[in-house]
Amino acid sequence: MTGLYLGLSLLLLATIVLGLVRILRGPTAADRMLAAQLFGTTTVAILLLLGQATSNQALWDVALVFALLTAIAAIAFVRRDLEPEQNKKEDGDVSA
Amino acid sequence: MTLLFGHLIDLLLAVSLTVLAWRLLATSDLFKATVLFIAFGLLMALAWVRLDAPDLALAEAVIGAGITGVLLLTALRHLDSGARVARMSGRSGRRSLRVLLPALGIMPALLVLLCLSSPHIRSTAGLTASVIERLDQIGTDHPVTAVLLDFRAYDTLLETAVLLLAVVAVWSLHPVRPIFSPEPISPAQRGLLRLLLPVLIMTSLYLLWRGSHAPGGAFQAGALLAAGLLLLLLSEQRLPGRWSGMFLRLLLAGGFMIFLLVAAGALVGTGTLLDYPGGGASWLLLSIEAALSLSIAALLATAVIGGRPSDRSTEFPPRRKDPAGEEG
Amino acid sequence: MFLRDATTCLLLLAAASFFLAGLVGLLRFPDVFCRLHALTKADNLGLGLVCIALIIQADSWHGAVRLLLTWFLVLVSGATIAHLIARKALQQGQTPWRNR
Repeated sequence: MTGLYLGLSLLLLATIVLGLVRILRGPTAADRMLAAQLFGTTTVAILLLLGQATSNQALWDVALVFALLTAIAAIAFVRRDLEPEQNKKEDGDVSA
Repeated sequence: MTLLFGHLIDLLLAVSLTVLAWRLLATSDLFKATVLFIAFGLLMALAWVRLDAPDLALAEAVIGAGITGVLLLTALRHLDSGARVARMSGRSGRRSLRVLLPALGIMPALLVLLCLSSPHIRSTAGLTASVIERLDQIGTDHPVTAVLLDFRAYDTLLETAVLLLAVVAVWSLHPVRPIFSPEPISPAQRGLLRLLLPVLIMTSLYLLWRGSHAPGGAFQAGALLAAGLLLLLLSEQRLPGRWSGMFLRLLLAGGFMIFLLVAAGALVGTGTLLDYPGGGASWLLLSIEAALSLSIAALLATAVIGGRPSDRSTEFPPRRKDPAGEEG
Repeated sequence: MFLRDATTCLLLLAAASFFLAGLVGLLRFPDVFCRLHALTKADNLGLGLVCIALIIQADSWHGAVRLLLTWFLVLVSGATIAHLIARKALQQGQTPWRNR
């Protein structure tokens, strides 16, 4: 069983490494961000499997923390401010 | 078979971390570099897990992949679109960089391999045994927490001071500016906030409590709470102006001050700095950790906001100015 | 015991296939909106099957609850993030791919 867990972890790690291509290539910013999001989910799976393989339940806590955090960077990407020059104008010429 | 898979995982991690770091440094688009950095943080956390250090993996996950990712993404806005593409020194510069960086990366790796294969290093046992045999004198069961808060507490005290100084440095640069785009938030994001925020707070408390006997502790709990604060900021919640004065400053400095008070109290009591009374009762360590967590959360969130609060009447961080008129 | 182990193996192999499908989708689909589909399949089904397989093998109920909580959080945040990224991409003027 442990071999299966580790083997699947290896496969998922290879998935992450191959998915890096999308970050490197992906034409738009959204492509890159969604690849990072996918990595977060795959890392949760890897951590769960490694935790089971080494009987280390602390890794399941790390997986929970990862699951909580994958959202934060993606939300920061969605909410980021692309036109900072506009709020330097004092008469408030801002278009939403 | 198990051993083979384990080694293959380690090999794949090592190679991909190195290649990722190289591509990250060699790219000219700063946004791409930021996303690569987030991916790097994720893989680094996996590397810590493989090295049998879950505490470090937790800290790397929260800070490297989470908070630093948000910090870099919001910092990109300060650059105008021209500066968002890093300038290389021309085609020849880029080509030599492509050869130089991997070559520089291989040398330390070879050095480490050389050291690891020497019989002298293989025979030393490290400090694990001596920490574990002194654990019953401290109010905690977890060796990492014992080292961080008792055996090497001086380091932790000064590290908290470093965080505080970092925020002071950030504040001395310029007053706070509006950070996120003024578009209205999707209701889906509001719903996600309502679900994630309580779970984040509870997990932070859980990590703080677990720090006494399992991987966890003040820094990880504080960083997770900072992630919760960032989520609030990203959903257009702001600190009311009257709290951005003395209250905010007390919150930022509080953890360090309490830790310093305990250390000084021990100095007065037993003549040695940080010699906890009674060998460090667990309640004392837990309360120091709780204060540290709150302060670390406030410090990290304030560092991401990135400017000093201007006065007591505006929110922190401020809203975008309304084109129709001034906001109070 | 053999039945339990066999079920876990089957579930893990199925999970591997969903993660691979997610990777192929990420790399080969023509458009950011299509790639978001790949993301959510790996989240829901890939991670879900891994969690179910580990729950079957779990020793205590509280480990099983932690697994379920992790999966639920990934589900909810993954779905919301997919929606938000798609919304952002639409606002920035990307149009969905059409097969011409």
